[in-house]
Order: sequence, then C-alpha cells, then structure tokens
Amino acid sequence: MNISATTELICFLALGSIVIVGALGIVLLENIVYSAFLLGGVFLAVAGLYLLLNASFVAAAQVLVYVGAVNVLILFAIMLVNKRETLSPIKGLKIRKILSGGVCLGLLALLIRVDITTPWSLPGPLTIGEQATERIGEHLFTDYLLPFELASVLLLMAMIGAIVLARRDVLSSDIGTGDKVDQGLIEKSSSKLLIEKPSS
Amino acid sequence: MQPLPLSISLALVNPGLDLESGFNEALKNLGLSAEIAHILWLPFPMLLVLVAAIIGVLVTVWLERKISAAAQQRIGPEYAGALGILQPMADGLKLLVKEDIIPARADGLLFTLGPVLVLVPVILSWLIVPFGQNLLISNVGIGIFLWIALSSIQPIGLLMSGYASNNKYSLLGGLRAAAQSISYEIPLALAVLAVVMMSNSLSTVDIVEQQNTAGLLSWNIWRQPVGFVIFWICALAECERLPFDLPEAEEELVAGYQTEYAGMKFALFYLGSYINLVLSALLVSVLYLGGWGFPIPVEFIANLFGQSINSPLIQIITGSLGIIMTVFKAYLLVFIAILLRWTTPRVRIDQLLDLGWKFLLPISLVNLLFTAALKLAFPIAFGG
Repeated sequence: MNISATTELICFLALGSIVIVGALGIVLLENIVYSAFLLGGVFLAVAGLYLLLNASFVAAAQVLVYVGAVNVLILFAIMLVNKRETLSPIKGLKIRKILSGGVCLGLLALLIRVDITTPWSLPGPLTIGEQATERIGEHLFTDYLLPFELASVLLLMAMIGAIVLARRDVLSSDIGTGDKVDQGLIEKSSSKLLIEKPSS
Repeated sequence: MQPLPLSISLALVNPGLDLESGFNEALKNLGLSAEIAHILWLPFPMLLVLVAAIIGVLVTVWLERKISAAAQQRIGPEYAGALGILQPMADGLKLLVKEDIIPARADGLLFTLGPVLVLVPVILSWLIVPFGQNLLISNVGIGIFLWIALSSIQPIGLLMSGYASNNKYSLLGGLRAAAQSISYEIPLALAVLAVVMMSNSLSTVDIVEQQNTAGLLSWNIWRQPVGFVIFWICALAECERLPFDLPEAEEELVAGYQTEYAGMKFALFYLGSYINLVLSALLVSVLYLGGWGFPIPVEFIANLFGQSINSPLIQIITGSLGIIMTVFKAYLLVFIAILLRWTTPRVRIDQLLDLGWKFLLPISLVNLLFTAALKLAFPIAFGG
C-alpha cells in the first residue's frame, strides 16, 4: 500500500467517524445549540468525503449551501428565539425513545442489507475531477432542466411566502381590539441610504 | 527573431524554474524515495504562504497605525524600530503573553472553538491566491468558488463566539456579523460570476492569464467597472471594515462578538480580520486588476530588448516582477481600505441591509445579465 492510499484511508476513517459520531450527537444531545453546531460539523465532514471522491465542485457547493446557508439560518433561528425554559416532562418519554430508536435501527438494518446484497460494480465509473463543473452545468441545462426549473420555482414560492409572513403592515386594524394600527410603529418609514433626514 | 504567438509564450513562462522538481531531485540524490521527497516538500509552500500572510498582516497593521495617524495629524508609532515598524510585533507579543480569560458563565468549548473557526477558512483561502504563473499552492479547478464557499463558514465561528460569550453585546455582535456576511456574500458571488463568465474558468490562474493579453488595457476593471465597485464594497463588508463595521460598533456594542475575548483568542480574531483584508485586496487585484501582470506585457518588453522570454534570467525577472506587481496592487487597495476606514462614518444596520439587499443585489444581477449579453454580442472583447 503506497502513501497516498494510506492517507486516503486514514482521511476516510476520520471523516466517517466524525459523520457518525456527530450525527448521533445531533440527535442525542440535550442542548439544541450544540446540536446545531454539530450539524455544521457533520456537513463539513460530508464535504470532506466528497473531496475524497474527487468531486471538488460538489464539496464546495455542499459547504456553501449547507454550512454557509442552511446551518447559519438554523443557528440564527435558534439564537433569535433563545429562550432558556425547562420543557415540561412528557408522559411516556422512555417508551417513545425506545420506539423511535427501534424504528431507526430497523432503517439502518434495511440499508445495511441493501448495501450487502446489491452487486456493486467495482471499480466504479472513472472520476472526471476538474471537468466536473462543466459536466454538472451541461446536465443541469439539458436533461435535468425541468427539475432544475421546478426547484427554482419552489424557491421563489418559498421566498415570496417568507416575505408575506414577515411583512406586518398588511393588517390595517388590530385583530384583537379592532383599533386602527399605527403603521409607523410597525414598519419604519424608509429613509434614503446614508442620508439623514433633516429633523423638521 | 520571431516573436512567439502570445498564448504559447504564456504557457512556456515557467518550465525552467520548477522548485519542486529541483527539491525532489536533491532529495533523491540523498537516497530518499520519490514519495517521501514529495511528502517532505508539501509543508514548504504552505509554510511560505502562512509566513507571507502573517507578514502581510504585520505590514497592514503598521500601515493602519501610520495612515490613521496621518489622517488625524498625529505622528503615530515612532519609537519601536525605525518609523515604528516594530510596533505590530510588539502588539502581537503583548497579546501572546496576556492572560487567557474564559468568563465564568461562558461556554468554554465553543468559546475556544469560535476564533479558530473564524481564522482557519481565511487562511485556507490563501490556497488559491496566485503570485505568478505557477506561484500558488494549488491551482484547483474550482478556484475562486473555493474562496466563496470557505468564506461562508466564517459566520458560524462568529455566531459561536457570540453565543458562547454569554453576553448580550457579544450575541448581538455575532448575529449582526452573520447577517451582514450572508447578505453581502450574494452580490459578491454574483460579481465574481460575471468575471468567471468572461474568462470561462473558475481557476484564478486562468482568470489572470485571460486579463494579461494586452497589459493594462485588457484588465477586467475596464470591462467590469460596476462589478469591481460591487466586489470592493462587498469585500469591505465581509471584512467588517469601517463603513460596515457594525458587528463591533464600539459605541453600541462595546466590541461586538470580541467583547469577552482577551489574549491569544482575541489575537486570532484580530489576525483573521487583517488576513481577510489582505486576502480580499489580493483577490480584487486577481479578479479585476490583472493579478501578477505588469501594465505593459513582459513579452513585449523582452522582445523589445531582443531577449527570449524563456531564458532563465528573464524568467527570474518576470517571476519577481509578478510577485511585486501582485503585492503592489493589493497594498494599493489596502491603502484605500485604510483611508476609507479613517474618513467615513459608520452606516446604521438598517441602512447596511438596505444597501445590500435593495441596491447591490439588483445591480449585481443586472451586471451579470449585461455581461452575458455583451459576451454574446462581442465575443472577442468579452471572452466568447
């Protein structure tokens, strides 16, 4: 075994254990902030696995989308509503835990069975390495064009929905009391960039 | 003698000066195998770049002190070395030996991990900064995209340190830093995308080469003036430099996410922000100012003196000229950034987000569309 293969194996084992231990930590840790940070670590380790498979573009996209966007937003949401309240104990928590653990183990067993019984063709297809970016672009704009466009429409819908939810000046009267809502209190009147309005 | 066609002569610039093969040959002569020689070689470029980054920071800190002093009609550091040139070293030494404090109710693990997560992606991004044709650690195919991806890790470190400090100012600073970083990353990426579209490659080396066909005139800044301005504004915002230094606005937030940090952990933040500034300046010079290119093409000058571009002497000269030009352009931009810091007021957080989402984002989208249209209409000038 030469040096590069050994390095690859060590990296794979390290990344694999990070993914498994990290994922277990996300589920099992009590502190939700730790779970969120661990999720970022797991995403990074998965990006590392992509790198090992010579798919550098996918790895970078994984870091950009999952770590840079998804995980940061999760953290944001957690920290903006950072209430330190003790949750009221739920009835039969132990049985629920055991049940969900059993379901997960069953799923794991199923996956392992698929892994063992499938006749994998080894070695797999040749990696294209640096040309991957071009090939991904080609596929996205030819045979995967419809899913690509559908995904963008979905994102647009999500964005518009978020804006509608976040806008609070759509109501002209308070739902509870029926009083007229002071719009000035709800949405700050926009002022021009960098220019302070003269106080008159 | 016949002048070589430009593309071929560019490709031939550096085959004679391959330090790696020279090093490997020397080790092989000592009786080591090729693989061990390769492993021994690996740390050298990394160390070199790390040292270059640290020295770049020291120089930038000194420049910041001196230029701020000049802007405020003071003298600035004077006694530590000639012209106070050792002042940044003294700063660093002071931070190194200061007591390392972790606040009592803070989260020790996340508190320690935060600064590391801020610094590591910035240093990793130096991987793709070219100082010459072959003078970079790794000419990865995804090049500039790697930098964008890596810089998106930083907000996690900021949120982490803000949260772990157990201090409301820190948390607010961390949230502000993350919000700012996310908002300005999008116009930044779109500005980069316009450049990438013109050079048909994500690799920084290809981007620079494509700009150096006619010296000064072929730099991207003439073809992407709007993109240049957008990129520069966003880079300043990503570095949290003054018009956009809201995460550490001292009048409102003490020092933002850095409030509780002392000693070496604070030094990591400090180092990270300055390395990021130098890195951004280098990348502006790579993307828009022709990278290592001299304003007049070196091939032209070499031909003028009747020298072959491939002779070892000319190669050494062009190589050093490339490094000097890259560093010179970068420090010109650092100078502008420092001057901006000491002459502009801070924007408000709502103004900052307005600028990012309502102004820079539409402009950068229009810029991208416009570039695409120009690329289709004038393929010769815009890299068809």
